[in-house]
Amino acid sequence: MKLNILIVGVGGQGTLLASKIFGNYAMLINKDCKLSEVHGMSQRGGSVVTYVRIADKVYGPLIDKKQADVIIAFEELEALRWAGYIKDDGLIIVNQQNLYPMPCIIGKADYPTDIYERLSNYKASVHKINALDIAARLGNLRMTNIAVLGFACAILKLDKPTFIEAIKQSVSAKTLEGNLKAFEEGFGSV
Amino acid sequence: MKKLLLGDHAVAQGAYEAGIKVAAAYPGTPSTEITEYAAQFEEIRSEWSVNEKVAFEVGLGSSMAGGRALVAMKHVGLNVAADPLFSFAYSGVNAGLVIAVADDPGMHSSQNEQDSRYYAINAHVPMLEPADSQEAKDYTMLAFELSEKYDTPVIIRLTTRIAHSRSFVEIGTRKEFDREYVPDIRKYALVPMNARGRHIKVEEREKQLAKDVNSFDINKVEHGTNKIGIVCAGSIYQYVKDALPDYSVFKLGMVYPLPIEKIKEFADNCDDVIVIEELEPYIENTLKANGIKCHGKELTGLQGELSSEKIKEIILGEKITTHIEQVPVRPPVMCAGCAHRGVFYVLNKLKLIVTGDIGCYSLGCAEPLNAMHSLICMGASVSGAHGMEMAKGKDYSKKNIAVIGDSTFVHSGITGLIDAVYNKSNITVLILDNSTTGMTGHQEHPGTGKTIKNEQTHALDFAALSTACGVKNVAVVDPYDLEAVEKTIKEQLEKDGVSVIVAKRPCVLLDKAPKLDCVEIEGCKKCGICLKLGCPAIRKNEDKSVSVDSTLCIGCMICEKVCKSGSIKKVAGGSK
Ligand SMILES: Cc1ncc(C[n+]2csc(CCOP(=O)(O)OP(=O)(O)O)c2C)c(N)n1
Ligand code: SF4
Repeated sequence: MKLNILIVGVGGQGTLLASKIFGNYAMLINKDCKLSEVHGMSQRGGSVVTYVRIADKVYGPLIDKKQADVIIAFEELEALRWAGYIKDDGLIIVNQQNLYPMPCIIGKADYPTDIYERLSNYKASVHKINALDIAARLGNLRMTNIAVLGFACAILKLDKPTFIEAIKQSVSAKTLEGNLKAFEEGFGSV
Repeated sequence: MKKLLLGDHAVAQGAYEAGIKVAAAYPGTPSTEITEYAAQFEEIRSEWSVNEKVAFEVGLGSSMAGGRALVAMKHVGLNVAADPLFSFAYSGVNAGLVIAVADDPGMHSSQNEQDSRYYAINAHVPMLEPADSQEAKDYTMLAFELSEKYDTPVIIRLTTRIAHSRSFVEIGTRKEFDREYVPDIRKYALVPMNARGRHIKVEEREKQLAKDVNSFDINKVEHGTNKIGIVCAGSIYQYVKDALPDYSVFKLGMVYPLPIEKIKEFADNCDDVIVIEELEPYIENTLKANGIKCHGKELTGLQGELSSEKIKEIILGEKITTHIEQVPVRPPVMCAGCAHRGVFYVLNKLKLIVTGDIGCYSLGCAEPLNAMHSLICMGASVSGAHGMEMAKGKDYSKKNIAVIGDSTFVHSGITGLIDAVYNKSNITVLILDNSTTGMTGHQEHPGTGKTIKNEQTHALDFAALSTACGVKNVAVVDPYDLEAVEKTIKEQLEKDGVSVIVAKRPCVLLDKAPKLDCVEIEGCKKCGICLKLGCPAIRKNEDKSVSVDSTLCIGCMICEKVCKSGSIKKVAGGSK
């Protein structure tokens, strides 16, 4: 197995936790893995990307353009921004949430309305999930990221019990129950 | 046991296993997580120091006393700590002293792209550079041995992609280390007479090391089928392995001093040599000065980061063509409810000249607030404002204000404040006290009343400190109270002498920040004034009215205060 995943979103959306779960998943299936994270300024609502590379042997922590097997986007505009990284026949998983960047908030740019149309120009399959709704139903918007991962786990046909174990290793005991619920709901919404 | 660690974590893990007694640092991306990780270990006395110079001095004290110590900082932090670095390099150590410094090519979170390797040359201090987390741990442990063996502090250089990438690390056990303190005035008291003697020692040990380094196994040769030889270190090695798998590679583990003899031998067996390095042509120039022919910066350039993609393009001429989507940019912004926002709104409204500083509040220089006019280095807001008055006269300080965060003020603002009072300035200094070091991920500092280990400690009182420095006009305001902020700023600007305003309210991401409400908008008159706050929770609709994203809003009610038509109302407990 060789898997290059780009996890993209907006600073504060929980991309770091998501990538850590993939890292622990890699450990559980005995693969090499590198994760490249974004800390610092961009975490304040900027565009953020985490690179996840899983293989028998991984060298660089980054993924080149057109080399990602999967893009997991926590926000629609970010899916489009990073779409150039998807390889032909890749998978783009999009959480249907819109967070307006400052140029759109102040009216200097328009938030694109043709995101899915433009994503369809890539030779990749696009899968949508409304994870914000799931998290809202469960009463904690911070679980949105785990709901997206549940969905991704199902789409990517990863081993579910192993993935759940990876979540257990990555989140605090306090939030585990809620996170597992969010995972199941996301997993089930395929 | 294996663990998936950041390069930063791995440095701390290595230091822990090497038996360090002390870890000291001032936060700075991408080095912050080193000391956060070290602080988890009970056996290590860890601290957030006031600044990097202090952190270094804490480290050198520990070293002299006989306890191994780790100090950590970002590249610009080493500028602040350069003074003790250059001189402790003369003294040398008792127990090992290792300095972890993280460079930031590409400036993900920094104000410049300086190259720390020149500090190693200039201070005559050995420098190691790991290429993944396992090496970050191993090299840190090695650095302590080298530090004691060669009687010198040793630098571990990281870059963002090593510091902030996770890979697997084999976890080992801690070996305690303790040495006796032996007074040695000729070694540690660098009066000129003693320093001259130490300078001779520095040169001797450096000559020895420059010889020995040729047999260190952390410098590795990997012969490929391709006879072009690449010389590289750190993350570049990983990119080269991805991009040019059949090339011959000289992977450096020690970047200062360079294993010149071993590289010569490598070069002799290659048809051509290319040095691939980020930032300055340090390796390239050193090789050329030693008669080794090579290519370098004419291919790779001086700016930004490299990647396997770029290396393929530069060396193989293979360019990945893909459609570049034209989409709105997403720069970082202050959080919804951030206490800094209203202050900058007022500063913009008053059309003041604002000398600024570094932190989350630096985002006050961006659209739509546009209210911070300079950001140079930590502390320059205060002394810079004083310099402006020196150049332009006393009245200038009636329209000029220095804005500085609480952590930054403790780091470097206090000295500037004392300087201004002493030199009869009339500047106004606005301290944004959000009770945390926000930008780097919320570390404690001397104003928060908590240590790095979350123990209670004395909380520095900024108002009382200012008074003690001789500031006559000190005021404290709540930054959510825009009227009070405006009134206080206007009053303080008019006063003679130095004025200080402390704008006090915790950062909304802290647990101690109260969870508030949410707003709803009814009967918006489409004037757009609230959009001037640049709040990520307010957005402009197509019909020019505004709406609120209730998932982001925390009910700070600043927008209610700027709305002239009374259309914004509180929804109690509405925040999600
Ligand atoms: C010499 C130096 N050390 C560290 C940093 C990294 N750094 C930039 S801003 C900052 C702290 C900001 O904290 P504060 O002043 O409290 O402002 P806040 O982010 O909380 O608004 C740090 C540690 C730096 N830029 N320069
Ligand atoms: S982290 Fe705190 S200080 Fe930084 S922008 Fe957010 S609310 Fe403001």
